[in-house]
Amino acid sequence: MTGKLLGVASGVSLAVLAVLALVVVPPDAVQGDAQRLMYVHVPTAWLAYLAFFVTAVASVLWLWPRTRAPHWDLLAGSSAEVGVVFTGLTLALGSLWGRPIWGTWWEWDARLTTTLVLFFLYVGYLALRRTGATADERGKRCAIAALIAFADVPVVHFSVTWWETLHQDATVFNPDLDVRMEGFWMPFTLVFSVLAFTLLYATLVRTRLRLAELDEGREERELQRAIEERRRAEVVPA
Amino acid sequence: MRVVHLRSAVCLLGRFPALAGADLDVFAGEVVLVTGANGAGKTTLLRVCAGLAPLRSGTAEVLGHDLRADRRAVRRAVAFVGHETFCYDDLTVAENLRFAALAAGRPASAAGDALERVGLGRLAAVAHGRLSQGQRRRLSLAVALARDARLLLLDEPHAGLDDAGRRVVDGVLAGAPAEGRTVLVASHEAELVRRYATREVQVTGGRVVERPRAAAGVEVAR
Amino acid sequence: MTLLRESALVMGKDLRIELRSRVALQQILPFGGVVLVLFAFALDPDRGLLSRVAPGLFWAAVLLAALLAVTRSFAVEDANRARDGLRLSGIDPGAVFLGKAAAIAVELLVLEAALGAGVVVLYDVEPRGVLLLACAALAATAGLAATGTVYGVLSSGLRARDTLVPLLVLPAVTPVMLGATRAFEAALDGVPGDGWPWVQLLVVFSALAVAAGVAVFGPLLEES
Repeated sequence: MTGKLLGVASGVSLAVLAVLALVVVPPDAVQGDAQRLMYVHVPTAWLAYLAFFVTAVASVLWLWPRTRAPHWDLLAGSSAEVGVVFTGLTLALGSLWGRPIWGTWWEWDARLTTTLVLFFLYVGYLALRRTGATADERGKRCAIAALIAFADVPVVHFSVTWWETLHQDATVFNPDLDVRMEGFWMPFTLVFSVLAFTLLYATLVRTRLRLAELDEGREERELQRAIEERRRAEVVPA
Repeated sequence: MRVVHLRSAVCLLGRFPALAGADLDVFAGEVVLVTGANGAGKTTLLRVCAGLAPLRSGTAEVLGHDLRADRRAVRRAVAFVGHETFCYDDLTVAENLRFAALAAGRPASAAGDALERVGLGRLAAVAHGRLSQGQRRRLSLAVALARDARLLLLDEPHAGLDDAGRRVVDGVLAGAPAEGRTVLVASHEAELVRRYATREVQVTGGRVVERPRAAAGVEVAR
Repeated sequence: MTLLRESALVMGKDLRIELRSRVALQQILPFGGVVLVLFAFALDPDRGLLSRVAPGLFWAAVLLAALLAVTRSFAVEDANRARDGLRLSGIDPGAVFLGKAAAIAVELLVLEAALGAGVVVLYDVEPRGVLLLACAALAATAGLAATGTVYGVLSSGLRARDTLVPLLVLPAVTPVMLGATRAFEAALDGVPGDGWPWVQLLVVFSALAVAAGVAVFGPLLEES
């Protein structure tokens, strides 16, 4: 029930967002229509970081003996999958936005570079998740890998920021994509977009988590059957 | 004192339940023979007791340590002789043994003593990779002896050994109670072990079944 | 104290194996050399480009060779199920981590010395600021070895391990690649003042990686 409600709510709010961002909000004074990309780029970027934060928290809860439960591992994985998709979207949308504004698809700006490294870090995490045979074997490695990746992000960000400030003279553009917020509709639409996408995130993770739980349940049943079979297999000689 | 205590132990190899609810009690000073067909779960039973294989469900206590909470404490106090030697091919017999002894917190001299006891003294300077199957078996035994463990887990110790090698295994089995070691021996060559065994259990379908002592006794008398 | 003694034991074991098997010397080192030659083919040596980007190429070659060293370090534990022996041995997992990482670090330092000589000869680079070069190399190597060892044990015993390690390690060591390259550039350009802050970054990264390794190696070794 909650799932359906969430799905409907995110669908409706995304539709409203489309109208707001494409019709209601006036084009940007400097960037024109291209600036409308902000209403998807900013929320996807926010979601990417939110998703990985959730993965880290779920991993901690899995590692902590008192709160350890299988679904924390599944939540960590589900959230990371959604996070990787949104990180990829952020990079693609940022690239699309950068092309008309900066005149280039990619710039080695600190934020872009960190996001790209982040993308690869979590692609690796997802690859690690797919290698273990059973949930028991997978859980601990993956939780630790998620925490290491999460802790690595600030260090990566710090080093690339520093790197970028050093070759600042080579930059051909203002690296801040900061748009001057004007009127009521621009800030309102931006805040609304973040809310709408957060709802979408909740819907996706919930669905993915449910799928993962069903999968686990099926594995568990298969295992119980295998155990029963094995116990029956050979008749014990008297 | 109870050395091994397993209740409804389930252990998975990948997705296969190698142990499907095993119960086992072993008391200090016992030499327990474990028999069973290929694939019955003998090796996994020993690996669980060594703290090498994790439990999926059930409870296990070895040497007073809970296996689910503290597998490391168990590992320090057991020795496992299996199909593989746990040694490095590029190191010599003596170097491998020295590493094993020092790692277990024993003096380096323990390595030399163990080497002599299994009759590998003249091969001390040979690389592990050049050893024959039988020589590797003896080296595994030496590694186990150098650790001076209280629980000895032997997986098919006679396999691939000549008569002289088998006498070395017999010596270890016969001397175990006096040296204060408890022994679990999995073997297809049950008659070789029965002489020294105080008890016999059978592993079938991932479970442990007690074999009445009388049956074993008859075969000893025969 | 036991931790240091046990670490030394594990490091000695790994280094002795490498001395005997010569895999590091006869395979990983030549591999690094080939990578240096490949870069020369990719970037025309005549235009002076090579000597300008030499620090980056050097560290890229070291990074690729380091992946091999990590994979090798854990392949050694796979043969004869030696990893089970290590787990049974009773050695503190933290010591196993420190020992293995230290052995990899020693191998990498030898490799860096050899590749460094190769860069000087092949890329027409004049070594300057040796103190900065040495400090940056030491700090970067510690970080590389520690991170590599953590991910090595993380993927040990898994299928597709050999392909997983590079994917996990390379993004994680971005700061090392950046820091070491900038520090080397500063040293070779004769402005060591610009390089020392990067050495500090490398030291911080390495300290974090070592601390993380000591903390997580126990549960991971348990699992593998």
